[in-house]
Amino acid sequence: MLLSEVGYARPASVDEAVRLLAENDGARPLAGGQTIVNVMKARAASPDVLVDLADLEDLRAIAKTGDGALELGAMATYSQVVTSPDVKDVRPMLAEVAAQIADVQVRNRGTVGGNICSNDPTNHLPPVMVAAGATMTIAGRDGEREVSAEEFFLGVYMTAVGPGELLTKVTLPARDGAGDGFAAITIGADGTCIVNAAATVSGGEARVALGCVSATPVLLTAAAEDEAVREAVGAAAIEPPSDVHGSADYRRHLAAVVAARAVADAKEGS
Amino acid sequence: MEPVTSKTITVTVNGASYEREVDARRLLVHFIRDELDLTGTHIGCDTGNCGACTVIVDGLAVKSCMLLAVQADGASVETVESLAAGGELHPLQRSFSAHHALQCGYCTPGMLMSAKHLLDNNSEPTENEIRRAIQGNICRCTGYVNIVEAIDAAARGEVPA
Repeated sequence: MLLSEVGYARPASVDEAVRLLAENDGARPLAGGQTIVNVMKARAASPDVLVDLADLEDLRAIAKTGDGALELGAMATYSQVVTSPDVKDVRPMLAEVAAQIADVQVRNRGTVGGNICSNDPTNHLPPVMVAAGATMTIAGRDGEREVSAEEFFLGVYMTAVGPGELLTKVTLPARDGAGDGFAAITIGADGTCIVNAAATVSGGEARVALGCVSATPVLLTAAAEDEAVREAVGAAAIEPPSDVHGSADYRRHLAAVVAARAVADAKEGS
Repeated sequence: MEPVTSKTITVTVNGASYEREVDARRLLVHFIRDELDLTGTHIGCDTGNCGACTVIVDGLAVKSCMLLAVQADGASVETVESLAAGGELHPLQRSFSAHHALQCGYCTPGMLMSAKHLLDNNSEPTENEIRRAIQGNICRCTGYVNIVEAIDAAARGEVPA
């Protein structure tokens, strides 16, 4: 399919990328392109300028910091996450989740930053980041700012990254004995999520983030026991959407199921 | 640097270097098929689902309908034509033939490139690893069983001459 005409720039630094994003109306970052190229084919969005981040090598790094946190460059691909020793060391669940995203070809191109910034409610990583208490680093013309995952996701396809800004890094805190878990009901193996949940369990307390049930991940906390988690999901009074893959009632039921499974998974991994 | 709507790119495809001016909106698959006349790479769904357009870019299997040609500037691309470059079929191709791993053949170029990417990185894949490696490639004829067997046989070197 032919795309609408679009401008293209491939900056050599984050500063230049931010300048291009700020100075060109309708400019959008191009990371792996596994969402935006299809969005452009469908004319669901027509950016005027694509700012290709491919040459920003610093944004591809995955590193363990001195205090044991995990830093993911926004341009790190799912395939990198799957094979990274640092991910396996600090937050192994993240590698397991990344390995479930789409297929080999998409994992070879798709990026952590793209998954988070597109904030499709069915994406895997937004709930993972909220449950783990990640911090997003956003670069703009006035420098960098940090936003917690809980405040990062604003709505369907909307995040705290504003016009003229660029997500550069996601930092997951050291696990400190906590366990991470993830569970999803998908359309086919590794398919699109119908409902998903990520959990981080520490000291008998669970942080659970539900995906696919609202515009943004729904965070709840509960004692890390099956019944308590199910009750907390019920008390959250979620109003999930209905579509061809599941009614609102079915999603509400699944939310309690996957939340409990994610917590059980997290307890095994702690 | 300011944004441009077309750009001269240099791409190595199957070992040969090509320099072309392309529109920024041009998809890599169209560049390969229409500019380079390498029509082995197929367009199936054009939505990133079917994998018929799979090629290997800098050692990684990708769907060439979800990449702009300008993104491949400076990259090395392998298409299905590279497999039998010397005029002799690649072991994977011989294995697909021997195992009847295709019927209409439309998905085969992508299937072969995904299989090559797998075997380039894993010389002894399990059946599950083979199935996961071709998860992004849809075949509506075979039911996949013979494709999995063909890749398995090629991995084990059990391919007819």
